[in-house]
Amino acid sequence: MDFNDSPEEAAFRAEARAWLAAHAPVHELPVGAKMPDTEEADRGRAWMRELYAGGWSGLTFPKALGGRGLSGIEAVIFAEEEGKYHLPKGPFTSIGTGMALPVIAKHGNDEQRARFIEATLKGDITWCQLFSEPAAGSDLAGLRTKAVRADDGSGDWIVNGQKVWSSWAHLTDWGILVVRTDPTVPKHKGLTFFVVDMKTPGIETRPIRQISGASEFNETFLTDVRIPDANRLGAEGEGWACCMTVLMGERLGSGAHRSGVEPLLDFAAATPDGHGGTMLDDRSIRQQFAEALAEEQGERFFQARLRTMVSKGENPGALAGMVKLAYASRYQKTNGLALELRGLAGIAPEAGDTATGDVQYDYIYSTVMRIAGGADEVLRNQIAERVLGMPGEVRMDKDVPFEKLNG
Amino acid sequence: MNFDLSDEQKMLGEQARALFADMTPFDRLRTLIDSGAEWDEPLWRALADMGFLGAAIPEEYGGLGLGALDLGVIMEALGAANAAVPFMSSIVLAAEAIRLAGSEAQKAAWLPKLASGDAIATFAYAEGPGPVFATGAGLKGGKLTGSKSPVADAGIADIAIVLVAGGGFVLVELDQPGVKRTKLDSFDQLRPHFRIDFDGAVAEPMPGVGKLDRLIDQAAVQAAFEAVGAAEACLHMARDYAMERQIFGRPLGGFQAIKHKLADVAVATELARSNAYYGGWAAESSADDLPAAAAAARLSGIKCLEMAARENLQVHGGIGYTFEANCHFYYRRERMLAVYLGNRGFWADRLLNAQPGSQVKAA
Repeated sequence: MDFNDSPEEAAFRAEARAWLAAHAPVHELPVGAKMPDTEEADRGRAWMRELYAGGWSGLTFPKALGGRGLSGIEAVIFAEEEGKYHLPKGPFTSIGTGMALPVIAKHGNDEQRARFIEATLKGDITWCQLFSEPAAGSDLAGLRTKAVRADDGSGDWIVNGQKVWSSWAHLTDWGILVVRTDPTVPKHKGLTFFVVDMKTPGIETRPIRQISGASEFNETFLTDVRIPDANRLGAEGEGWACCMTVLMGERLGSGAHRSGVEPLLDFAAATPDGHGGTMLDDRSIRQQFAEALAEEQGERFFQARLRTMVSKGENPGALAGMVKLAYASRYQKTNGLALELRGLAGIAPEAGDTATGDVQYDYIYSTVMRIAGGADEVLRNQIAERVLGMPGEVRMDKDVPFEKLNG
Repeated sequence: MNFDLSDEQKMLGEQARALFADMTPFDRLRTLIDSGAEWDEPLWRALADMGFLGAAIPEEYGGLGLGALDLGVIMEALGAANAAVPFMSSIVLAAEAIRLAGSEAQKAAWLPKLASGDAIATFAYAEGPGPVFATGAGLKGGKLTGSKSPVADAGIADIAIVLVAGGGFVLVELDQPGVKRTKLDSFDQLRPHFRIDFDGAVAEPMPGVGKLDRLIDQAAVQAAFEAVGAAEACLHMARDYAMERQIFGRPLGGFQAIKHKLADVAVATELARSNAYYGGWAAESSADDLPAAAAAARLSGIKCLEMAARENLQVHGGIGYTFEANCHFYYRRERMLAVYLGNRGFWADRLLNAQPGSQVKAA
């Protein structure tokens, strides 16, 4: 066991650090900066182009497809070094690299790989995910958006339905889309997976106003949207396997973060308690900090164990959900504590107090982290069933053709 | 980065688990309790024969010279079996105290005997309610006076390493007129504790000073491994019972209330194991990181075993409350381990004190 870099890894880290020192500062965002969505997305694309030009995009993708053909550990090292900067990377870039590209690489054909992978790594194409629907979130396979073959013999598909919670759908170029193509078979079997150009006529995105005040999610309405069969990924009826590939990438990507416990400690240690000491003298606060630190370290080192597994070619399976499950709740607790430590200023900071503003945002945002990418309850089921081998949930819809289901 | 045990360490863990499974089934624990035994002596001899007692003792003193992670995989197996042996007292604490702070003569005299199991040692630190690491006992003219209580495994120990006034250690042979040992009513019936009164007992000072922090950090990592092993055993026991037990026409384990509870225990156990690995790595390779690593491992070890021991008994329902079911062994050991070497508050302070930035040390 070694937590440190091997000599080769250390050399790679030094190379990454030097390149980032020369290129990242130009793209760095001011902390607490608020800017229009379009500007943030443009900055994201520009950073992707810079990464590609420098040879740092798609580290784990094969060289033949525009990547660098490296192991997972190098990708982690680069992400750690990149994480030291405040760069414009967001869902508008990571959905492409972390979710669309793995499914295209695994389930797509050569033509699709050639068409999309390098263009995405370059920042020329950005992606959104068209999965959830108003009645299909945790029960994703219950989706109703349907595709039928056009009756003109072209082989094209005509799609009708509604998707929801599609992050950045209003600003991205392409979407990964799962739809129902056969309602006469049980729900997991009648799904087919597509990539869709978001500029296709019949696609309308409407922003959803979120509790944070932002509108990064959308409802997406699809009305007689025509998709060529060449944009189908994998076989007709095998869309569920594609979804699983995407969700695995999402789980592994949504891992532990060093989420601000240390700066919060500094804040507590510097804030008077009114009795001649600081907020950090309070035993209950010390206990909460210690618990948060121990949990944060545990998440980080568990993630390190998963990365080691991945680098050895092992599949962590449902273990990948454990970090997200632990992290999301702790993130909520930590930001709740952070607001409390600020006293009344936590609920109404003075103008210019961007640090408190960020904590408020994170506290609100933490609620969606416990839902997105697998709700807490779904992840607990997966851990119980796939890690501990406990019985599956009672399923009333098993083996029932989708069209015969109620509701 | 390679954050996994080596193949040799995994094999060592397998051997340890196989030995404990063979020699200390739960019925054996019941027999030990009913007979008022202070330890499982045949198991101790077997651990000695396998070389486990000397795993982390240097080769020049009769050990195998392995590291903290090797010791950790043995401790994890010991925790899973809830074994009644003085491993923490004699090997993790006392032998390591001698290695860190003893004179050459003390090391040469005692480490080979501890490695072979021919002698047993304990570490006497507490003095009743109050600070966990107490220094009321002291030397006067080479004679030790004062009391230590509770002291684990003192009934079978040949020597005690005693924390004394000034923060140093002394080595005391326990079979002498100035030493009185009184067995206490121990909450963990498989880890008996004693009061020791020293009344002018002959004691040898140990030359190394300032070693207490290092000693208890290392021991905290090992206690975390023990807790992780016990927590996983509870988790599997609860899972297996829930799969077998039929209720309302289906297995108890099919209910989400049970599945979610055990999923949370599984997550806490894996996070604690990850912290224990890091603590073991830091103990071997990165002394600067050890204080924070040890405290985090200790805290998450307490947390996962607390969840696991409580929920294991709960999942078993009324059966879990019987002496014939096995939940109570872990339920008692959990509380013992939770306060042993300092409780949550003690380790929370140590974790915060180990953070970078001196103002954090305010409290």
